[in-house]
Amino acid sequence: MTARTDTLLDPRVRSGLEMAGLYVLSLAGALLLSGLLVAATGNSAFKVFGALLDGAFLAPGRWGQTLVVAAPMLLVALGMVVGVKAGFFNIGQEGQLLIGAMAMAWVGTRWPGPGPLLLFVGLALSMAFGGGWAGLAALMRFRRGVPEVISTLLLVFVAAQFSGYAITADWLLRDLDTTGPTRSVSSAPLDEAIRLPVLRIFGNEFNWGIVIALALAVLLAVALVRSVWGFRLRMLGHNPAVAQKAGVASTRMGSLALFLSGGLAGLAGAVMLAGGSSGFRVTSGFSQNFGWQGLLVALLARSSPILAIPMAIVFAALRTGSGFLAATGVDRKIVDVVQALLVLALLIPPAVQFIRDRRKALAMAGEEA
Amino acid sequence: MGGFFESLGDLFRALFEVFTSATMYGSAVRLGALLAFAAIGEMVAEKAGTINISVEGSLLAGAFTGTLAYHQTGSTALGLLAGVAGGLIISWIQANMSHRLTADQFVVGLTANVLVLGVAGFLNGVIDPKAASAGILEIPLLSDIPLIGPALFGQRWPLYLLYPIIPLTWWLLYRTRWGLEVRAVGENPQAADVSGIDVNKRRRQSIYYGGILAGLGGAFIVLGPIGSFETGIIGGRGFIAIAAVYFGGWRLGGVVLGSFLFGLADGFRLALPSVIANVDPPLEGAMIDGLSNASFLAALPYVLTLLVMYLITKEFRQPAALSQPFIRGLR
Repeated sequence: MTARTDTLLDPRVRSGLEMAGLYVLSLAGALLLSGLLVAATGNSAFKVFGALLDGAFLAPGRWGQTLVVAAPMLLVALGMVVGVKAGFFNIGQEGQLLIGAMAMAWVGTRWPGPGPLLLFVGLALSMAFGGGWAGLAALMRFRRGVPEVISTLLLVFVAAQFSGYAITADWLLRDLDTTGPTRSVSSAPLDEAIRLPVLRIFGNEFNWGIVIALALAVLLAVALVRSVWGFRLRMLGHNPAVAQKAGVASTRMGSLALFLSGGLAGLAGAVMLAGGSSGFRVTSGFSQNFGWQGLLVALLARSSPILAIPMAIVFAALRTGSGFLAATGVDRKIVDVVQALLVLALLIPPAVQFIRDRRKALAMAGEEA
Repeated sequence: MGGFFESLGDLFRALFEVFTSATMYGSAVRLGALLAFAAIGEMVAEKAGTINISVEGSLLAGAFTGTLAYHQTGSTALGLLAGVAGGLIISWIQANMSHRLTADQFVVGLTANVLVLGVAGFLNGVIDPKAASAGILEIPLLSDIPLIGPALFGQRWPLYLLYPIIPLTWWLLYRTRWGLEVRAVGENPQAADVSGIDVNKRRRQSIYYGGILAGLGGAFIVLGPIGSFETGIIGGRGFIAIAAVYFGGWRLGGVVLGSFLFGLADGFRLALPSVIANVDPPLEGAMIDGLSNASFLAALPYVLTLLVMYLITKEFRQPAALSQPFIRGLR
């Protein structure tokens, strides 16, 4: 009776299956390309993936390490999500993260007071400073129309040089301890009491950072979908003109989004520092590309706070896993390639689907007309 | 407060010495040329409506493929050609992902940058290619002009490729049908579409043009002034090139001027330490220390760029459809 008796499956199921197939194909393509790159250098791709798996999860104590790494990545990704949802592309997380870590180090090594209080103040201040750094971009955007894509990027380089200066300047962050044979060019290590408490489960150790990050992910997911604030934020992101007409104060809302976005990146820096990154010190190269990678996590998660959780763990796993690559003789930089290819691959299926949906819709509109 | 004024005097003397040194203008032109290669191409892409942040990746890709080709063949010309190919590959990814498929242009650009950094870093470690600087070619008469003469016309020869590109780009953009269509697509894609122009095709082509120039620029910086490759060789200068496009108000002359102005900041950074070390009587004081602080100097081009963007962005009207994707029937 219907015209579509020739298809075995319900069209919706079929298009769902096709999408899944497309995802599998894209991912396989990305992994294949990475494998080829490894093979081209005369190594075994299987050994590489085996080593990655060992280093990330299977070897004793490794999955705890992966969670430690996942926490700041997730926080950075959440920051990216807030910005993107409001229609702003803050991609200066690498710098905001550094600023946050510096704020934490400043509170932790220069302020008097009881440890747990300082930890709390440090985390809060790192958010404020990271947010303020992104706030500079907001200022440029809303007062002068400078696109935040460019200003946030340029601010990364300024932040990197600023932190490089701060760890050499006694009046800022440099370790004042002169008893050692050579003075270290870094901040002083955080005291025991100012570090994030460590949890031990099944022989794996990880700090409270991942708990904070998970809680914020859930909080953000709920706030975006269930609160008036989240609704306004998303409206601004979808269509600024409509949002303006509906009474959303676009400058205030946009500034807040950028501030929060940078604040979460700043918090990520503080969590890294108080979680033991670089021996609880701000050193040169402290950020270790966490800002860039967290950003990719958000892109991979298609700006969903909940999806960002598994994606952050995947990226963290690639990073901790890469620590085991030395044994295979492959440079750990291969992991950067894998990450970028994964992101590019996952961009393809939704774009293809979008085009197909539109073609279908146009065809139907054509039939009716 | 005699010390303060002496210190201030030394500061001005230092600035004077640097700004009258041939070293600074030489470096400024070299780095300005790198920015100009990238910024001219970026301007064409932006005229068509794309903020192409993968220009950073195209520069680095060009630098790396240029190095590889030189390593294999020992020919500077082939190296430059390979640089063009490298830049083109990245712009091909950017163009087709964002203007054939409909992925977000910033997401694609950013990921492409990370990809290049990863691939170049990985392969550089494996292959460890060697490059070398091309020979210096002094253009007679012109290179005898004091200060700017040697800076502009006494350079290693790949730099001179920039000079014909400037009028060529002008001709393409303002005197050909293609250029008219590119500009139309960036101003009003709907109208362009209705009049039969393939909007996304023109946008892709404009991105290819940007990739070609950026790739050439990347290869130029390795095979011209620097003579060796490292992964930090571009270090965000692609983003400064984008800022130069804003600075120039999407006009060719302004974009070139902006590139060389930002290049000047870079040249200042490079020339300052050696120049003030050789001043007699020696310069000293807290201000000189502050001025010659390595972090301060390294941050200077970026700070200056941000400052200039803050001051100038509202002065010009950008292409109306800049950074907005075009999908027929939407909007």
